[in-house]
Amino acid sequence: MIDNIDLSLVDWSRAQFALTAVYHWLFVPLTLGLSFILAIMETIYVKTGKEEWRRITRFWMTLFGINFAIGIATGIILEFEFGTNWSNYSWFVGDIFGAPLAVEGILAFFLESTFVAVMFFGWNKVNKKFHLVSTWLVAIGASLSALWILVANAWMQHPVGMIFNPETARNEMVNFWAVLFNQIAVDKFLHTISSGFLLASMFVLGISAWYLIRKREEQMAKKSILIAGVFGLLSSLMVAYTGDESARTVSKVQPVKFASMEALYEGKNNAGLIAFGVLKNTDIKIGNQNVKKFALKIQIPGLLSVLTGGDRDSYVQGLSDHISGNEKLEIVPTGEKMLRGKYAMTVLESYKKARVINDTALIASIKKVFKDNEFQNGYFKYFGYASIDKPEDVIPNVTVSFYSFHLMVVLGFLFILIFSVALYLLFKGTISDNKWFLWIALLSIPLPYIAGELGWLLTEIGRQPWIIQDMMTVSKAVSQISTGSVITTFILFAVLFTTLLISEVSIMVKQIKTGPKH
Amino acid sequence: MKHTPSLLNRLFHFYYDGFRNMPGWGRKVWVIIIIKLFIMFAILRIFFFQDFLYKNWPNDKERSEHVLDHLTNSSDKHDRQH
Repeated sequence: MIDNIDLSLVDWSRAQFALTAVYHWLFVPLTLGLSFILAIMETIYVKTGKEEWRRITRFWMTLFGINFAIGIATGIILEFEFGTNWSNYSWFVGDIFGAPLAVEGILAFFLESTFVAVMFFGWNKVNKKFHLVSTWLVAIGASLSALWILVANAWMQHPVGMIFNPETARNEMVNFWAVLFNQIAVDKFLHTISSGFLLASMFVLGISAWYLIRKREEQMAKKSILIAGVFGLLSSLMVAYTGDESARTVSKVQPVKFASMEALYEGKNNAGLIAFGVLKNTDIKIGNQNVKKFALKIQIPGLLSVLTGGDRDSYVQGLSDHISGNEKLEIVPTGEKMLRGKYAMTVLESYKKARVINDTALIASIKKVFKDNEFQNGYFKYFGYASIDKPEDVIPNVTVSFYSFHLMVVLGFLFILIFSVALYLLFKGTISDNKWFLWIALLSIPLPYIAGELGWLLTEIGRQPWIIQDMMTVSKAVSQISTGSVITTFILFAVLFTTLLISEVSIMVKQIKTGPKH
Repeated sequence: MKHTPSLLNRLFHFYYDGFRNMPGWGRKVWVIIIIKLFIMFAILRIFFFQDFLYKNWPNDKERSEHVLDHLTNSSDKHDRQH
């Protein structure tokens, strides 16, 4: 059964997971951000007692409700896929992945579902303050749910706080706090929720702009733009800051991904930051990939060194530093990691054989080896390299990593500009007269969605060939099921999610056209 | 004497009235939710997404042996460029 894995099985399993995750991420960030915008609007209503704010809150709450309801449980399909398509991975990660997901499920169900009911059904049934608290709890609950998913994903990028148990073939959590406060998890959580806040702000700004273009609901639109402008500007600044922090952390814990993001083959001091670049293929090959060079680039000299190391002279590692190693920087060459990974695999094979012949003394001694820190940190840490054929195979797709990262950054700066202009025109009192800006705001609604998906593309493609950094390759993680069944479910998901998305957009557009109740 | 309904009674009426007075868009999304959950749990989960290890191996010991076999088998190391 395990002798042959069909290559297309790995590709289809990845495509199916990517499709599900991409669709899931169309619903989640709006829930994350709009819930906080609602809480802010309702707080103003409770503080001022002005009915106008209640009407505004209820209108945006309707759109929140549609998105929340259509998106609900789309993430559960990802969990189905873990058990069916990625069973080896699911088993190998053990409770490290299961525990955060279970916490997420419980939190999402009890906190969100209970208080969402109060939000929608409780307007005239519970007192104002209790209703407000419920709205805030929905917002906080949504972000807390996201936290646990991101903790699980961060562990895949940078596995910490665990030890591998050969008896169960699972990783076991030994330090919950190391898993929770994994630097990647902290950065990812802050970057992700702030990007959700930004997306929701653009959503509110864009729809409000539409009302101003149509000369409808002008008071509501302007008040909404005020909230979306301030919240969006603060969020987009936070996205830029946390994105910078995130990149710095990636440069330390996933340096190959970082070098791919910058298309940096040779490490250097005084490395420049590519503000704009177009890649082209050269005839030189690394593995199956052609080495890329810049056909065109605008570079800020020294800035990449400053951002990653604190000064212009700091050295930024390139891909070749990791393939061939760098003695001065104590970077272990990939070939050496492959040898260490193979040694770890040999020890695991010995354990397996000892179990077959029931050699209890040998079993006990190998289990002792697995508990040894030197073995865990010096050898088992590189276990995944045993499945690598050539050192160059650890380089992810440079073109996808580079463009997804840079396009995301460009969009990030564009959002700061859009929210700043919105606030400027609003305070100047001319926002309704500047139709060009209102159209830009309306047409910009999809852009944060694109930026968010690019971020995930970079996170996941940039980590290839790993599913768990350095420990497990994607092809080792996949279940040996028939490719045909994966293709069938891929098509089913594509149809299901597209139908859901069309339903959401059509119900939402109808509600927007109807407008708030008077 | 004034009759105070029990907490359960009040909770029931809270949800009952909420669903009864739901606006048109609310009814539509509930229909979508129910269809979606039916497809997910009654079709996809049962026919397409059974847990691979739990379906094929009866206990944890055999499941772990299977994963160990898979992890230490070098014939399926097909990682390649992406």
